[in-house]
Order: sequence, then C-alpha cells, then structure tokens
Amino acid sequence: MEHGSYADNSNATFSLTDEDHTLANAVRFSLNQDPRVSFSGYSIPHPSDNRVNIRVQTTGAPAREVLKDACQDLMMMCQHVRSTLDVAVADFKLRNPPKKDEDTDMK
Amino acid sequence: MAKKDQRMSETETEEEEETEAESMSESESESGSEEQKQESKGGGIDYIMSLPDVPRNLPPHVELQRTRVFANIDAPTHTDSIQYSGAFASVGLDNSFRLDQFRNNFRVEVIRFSDDGMDMEFDMIGIDPALANAFRRILIAEVPTMAIEKVFIANNTSLIQDEVLAHRLGLIPISVDPRLFEYAENNAPNERNTIVFKLHVQCAKDLEEEKGQSKNKKDEKKVPPRITVKAKDLKWLPKGSEFYLESEDSNSNSTSKSKTYTSFTCSQDSLPEFSNNKIGFKEPLDDINIARLGPGQEIELEAQAVKGVGKTHAKWSPVATAWYRMLPEVVLLEEIEDKDAETLKDKCPVGVFDIEDIANGRKRINVARPRACTLCRECIRGGDEWEKRVSLRRVKDHFIFTIESTGALPPEVLFTEAVKILESKCERVISELS
Ligand code: SF4
Repeated sequence: MEHGSYADNSNATFSLTDEDHTLANAVRFSLNQDPRVSFSGYSIPHPSDNRVNIRVQTTGAPAREVLKDACQDLMMMCQHVRSTLDVAVADFKLRNPPKKDEDTDMK
Repeated sequence: MAKKDQRMSETETEEEEETEAESMSESESESGSEEQKQESKGGGIDYIMSLPDVPRNLPPHVELQRTRVFANIDAPTHTDSIQYSGAFASVGLDNSFRLDQFRNNFRVEVIRFSDDGMDMEFDMIGIDPALANAFRRILIAEVPTMAIEKVFIANNTSLIQDEVLAHRLGLIPISVDPRLFEYAENNAPNERNTIVFKLHVQCAKDLEEEKGQSKNKKDEKKVPPRITVKAKDLKWLPKGSEFYLESEDSNSNSTSKSKTYTSFTCSQDSLPEFSNNKIGFKEPLDDINIARLGPGQEIELEAQAVKGVGKTHAKWSPVATAWYRMLPEVVLLEEIEDKDAETLKDKCPVGVFDIEDIANGRKRINVARPRACTLCRECIRGGDEWEKRVSLRRVKDHFIFTIESTGALPPEVLFTEAVKILESKCERVISELS
C-alpha cells in the first residue's frame, strides 16, 4: 500500500482501501501540522473505488514514520476529545438532573 | 492578499526593530554584556524575535483572518482553516501541532438535552473542522445499529406491495444496543447476530357484507373496519424464526427437528443482556405506521434485523441528523443609536439585537443573542452604510454540534462510539505501516 522509491523514502503515496474523506482529511490535517512535512494531500482516484491515496513529502524524515506519527497524534486527540466530552456530559447531567427524577421527587 | 499584507507589515517591523536594536546595543555597550553584542552581530531574525517588544503573536488583522470567517454581503471570505505548520514562519510563529496546546484549548460545553435524552446539543471549542467533520461523517455513516434486513412474507393481501412494505420495515429504528451483536457477514443467522420479529395482523371482514343487505341499509353510515399496523405490532421472537424451511418439510419427518430460517442455539431472552431488557420498539417509536389494512386484508411475515452501518444503507444510520455550525459572531463596528437602532432591531428576523436606554432618552443597540444569528445578512443589506456598521463572522474553531439519535443509543454514547471508530481507523493505518 506504500508507493515510493527505495532510494528516497521521504516521499511516498499511501493507498488505503476502505477509507474515504473521513480519515484522509483528518490525517491530512494532522500531517500538515507536522513541521517535517513539506507537502501532504489526498485524492480519491475514483468515487466507486473504496480507496484513498495519501501523498506525503517530507523534508527528509521517512514518510512512513511521519504518517504513523500523524495517526498517533490523531488518536491522542481523539482520546482527549472523548474524555473531555465524558466529563462535560457528566457535569451537565449533575447540574440538570433528568425531569423524570424531579417528578418522582414531587410525588 | 493576506499573505502580502502580512509580509509587508513584517518587513516594516523588522526594519524598525533593527534600528532600535542597534541603538540599544550601542547604549548598552558600556555595561559590557558581550553575549548580547555577539547576538546582535550574528543574530538577524532570531535575535530580533527574542527582544521583548517584538510581538510574539500574529498581527491582529491576521489573527482575525485566521480565526474568523467573514460573512460579507456578497460572499464569505477567509473561509479556510490554516493547517500548515509553517504558515506563519515568516513572522516567527510556529503553527505546528502541539498536543499539550490542544489539551489546554479544547473544551466541550453541553448546551441541552431533550426531555427523552435522545437529542443533544453541545459546543466543541478549539478543534479543527477536519476532525469535527470526521466525527459528523462517522456518526452518520459508520456507527452501527440494528435494522431489519430480510423480510419473509408469508401472506400480504394489503394494498402495500411486498417490496415497499419490506423497505418500510427496514427504516423502523430498533431500540437495542448494537454493541451486543456481531456482524452477520456470511454466517448463518444465530442468536448473536440476528433479531427476529413476527408480524401477523388481520383486519376483520366487513360485518355488513356477511349479515346481508337488510342491515346494510340501516347502518349505511357505519364505516367498514380499518386497521393501522404500527411498529408495536412487530413481536420479538427470542427463539428465532418460526417459519420452517420448505425443503426440510418435503424430506418427510425423518429428521427429528425441521429447520427454520434461523439457527439459534438458545433463546435470546435467556442471554443475560436481554433477560430483563426486552428487545422491541420503545415509545414513541412504537407508534410508527407500517400499513393500513382494509376489511379482510392480512399481513403475515417474519423480519430479520442484522447489524450494519449507514454507508451501506441509511436505515442503519443511528442518527436522524448529526450536524454542526460554527458559532456566529455579530460585531458592531460603530455605536448605533436612536432611529438607526430601531431600524437595525427590526431588520433582524431572529431577534439578535436588543435596544438599551442610555441617558437623556437616547437608545443604543446591543448584540444580545449572537448565537441565534443565522447569518442571513439581512442586517447588512440596504446600502454601504450598514456594511460599515455591522460585521458578521463565524468563529472557525467553535462548533455547535447537534446530534439527534434515532433511539438505539443516547447521543453522547453515539459520539463516543464515533470517536472510537476514528481511533480504530488510525490504529489500522499504524498497524498496516509497521
Ligand atoms: S445576519 Fe440575519 S440573523 Fe444575523 S444578526 Fe443579521 S439580520 Fe440577524
């Protein structure tokens, strides 16, 4: 799934099957924020193909490692989003107990 | 345009700073700090950036363009989010990603839950649209639910055709936690991947027809019987299908048990997950119309629900809608008073503005409810002067997220599941690359 050259591993295209804009756009975001990346972009060669090509060009670091780090960053962000949401929802429910409970209290 | 501006302003400041720096190093040469001297000689941009009076942040107008979409009268501008790590390198600002920075800035604020807990609105602040959109897309298309996939129709004399009926059944949301089931894929339907429902309804024959014409005349006003088939008429079959496979039947009764369309090894209600948590259609979802039956009409069928995702078919989508909008921002560029204030207040169809009384019977407008703004641009229509008075913007990293669940899981759980799915996608890429 990696298409690059043996001589220079800093440029490569990664072809992911069964993925679409959802992952590719998020990964591109995270790649672009990495200072080692000089270019990154993605394309979907054909809409009826379940495939997306992610292009990574770096200033020297191996593209594969950079892509892995980008995914790692994305995962860390996701974990943080999840825990933050859980806290926020728990807080909200504490502050605004569901109406049913209030009703039973009244009775 | 923006880049040019930015560069220009930057070179200006550079020049200024350089002269200042020179004069400073001259005056300070007496105190004899050699380090500083060296720095100033070889220093260039690094030294300049280290000076305390050099702005560490972006110039205000660039910062504004970075964080806001401007909703102008003709078209929005500065709509892109600046992702590239080196975007602001020329002003010495690092735009690369830092997890700790993200952790500090990211916030979630829950705004409301509906009474039944199935609709939820929350603000996600400090996140890039790439991620917010990924969550939204996953919510709609990739969080699994259970939905009716196969319908075995034994009898259907109603007006509604078999295929339409099957389609309608498929779209009924089933209130069951999909995480308790496996994907059927190519496995035979068993108690771990399939839910079976039975529907058998029959409308009474027209009484008048049976009892002859004499009565018919008297009760002419009587309407013939009608039945509305609702989702609650679907009965859960925890033991699996009750329809026998035809081939087995014809094979005589040599085999002790004739096979049905499912191969359940045990009853689903004996499983701990379902023993005191019956699968079915919760209120108010049990009130969905499936069909209308006229006198003597009958429907008899069995439906098998399996696990799937929304990108295969919308019936598996766990949300009615999942959407976000960026926080609108309404800024008054000048004080608007008296008559103009009244005009502006009346212009806005959603009541964003309020009028407050200031001294001497004068009135002034203020922005009371910017969140309600739909960015319809009505307030900046009607001539240049209005465009100069009000500025409409959107905050690029503030998302007002709304999730309407169809009932399988509460919205906050759906969102968590969506985030987990994105994580597993990343994990897959990492493992495939290692
Ligand atoms: S854009 Fe429309 S909704 Fe928003 S403040 Fe102006 S008039 Fe009101």
